[in-house]
Amino acid sequence: MTRRVAVVRFPGSNCDADALRAAQTVGADARYVWHRDTSLGGADVVILPGGFSYGDYLRSGAIARFSPIMAAVRRHAEAGGPVLGICNGFQILCEAHLLPGALMRNAGLTFVSRPVPVTVERTTTPFTSAYAPGTRLSLPVAHGEGRFAATEDVARMLEAEGRVVLRYVKGDPAAEPGNPNGSAHDIAGISNAEGNVVGIMPHPERVTNPLLGSDEGLGFFTSFMTAASPTPPMESASR
Amino acid sequence: MSFRVHVRVMPRTGLLDPQGLAGAHALSVLGFAGAGDVRVGRAIELELAAGSREEAESEARRMCERLLANPVTEDFQLDVEAR
Repeated sequence: MTRRVAVVRFPGSNCDADALRAAQTVGADARYVWHRDTSLGGADVVILPGGFSYGDYLRSGAIARFSPIMAAVRRHAEAGGPVLGICNGFQILCEAHLLPGALMRNAGLTFVSRPVPVTVERTTTPFTSAYAPGTRLSLPVAHGEGRFAATEDVARMLEAEGRVVLRYVKGDPAAEPGNPNGSAHDIAGISNAEGNVVGIMPHPERVTNPLLGSDEGLGFFTSFMTAASPTPPMESASR
Repeated sequence: MSFRVHVRVMPRTGLLDPQGLAGAHALSVLGFAGAGDVRVGRAIELELAAGSREEAESEARRMCERLLANPVTEDFQLDVEAR
């Protein structure tokens, strides 16, 4: 059975086409949804793509979280529907309080754009179930504000509840730097308690075809295709 | 009544402020030996129509909590000036 995927486009999104293509690659019926829309069109899975929504004005994701579509995204998330925020999408999910913490200016101040080594830690999510726990991946990051920050209490809770989905690790050889932005606990991605809402800074959608160098990120997309049938979104039930 | 609201948003004390550190480094390179603990935040000004100063302050506070400051990483101060 196929999955309907909604890729939300905000003004300033720039990884929307890659996310759509990656979802289509695994056989999903993927469509764009505009940020002013109020319905996800019956989508099973929602992707908030990377980019610079609203020019990152005020704070990354601070304005996008109030876009009309976000009410539908919240209902979908609260009904247990899968939501993946990539990079700017992760920032939006934090600003919307669908995930805890915040993404702050990189510790080194520079925009970091390169592949980084990460391990997949939580695999009980609709986006990482295709990976074995501890799988090591090389995924590209491209951000200036990717330093995950949370109170130590929140960080400890994320660790205790196993909600760290991706973690930056030292490269091999270990001379290759790990954590590219100073994130607390080397966190590269987290989930909500239930696991259906996931936010990550790396861009798996950019490594989904061996022709482009790697398909190590494909698992984020095959996961939601093969996972048990997702919870039907509330909006289709209430129509 | 019309008010001018001055909002000062600062990174929360204790959180790494790389912009502040870079500023401090640049000041020391320029020879300002006495400068230290530089913090970089954001100032926002806006016009606000409200029935009273108290109402304006409470409205401005709600704006900060909802949008202008991130409650996870930032603190804000308000100054409401009658026009």
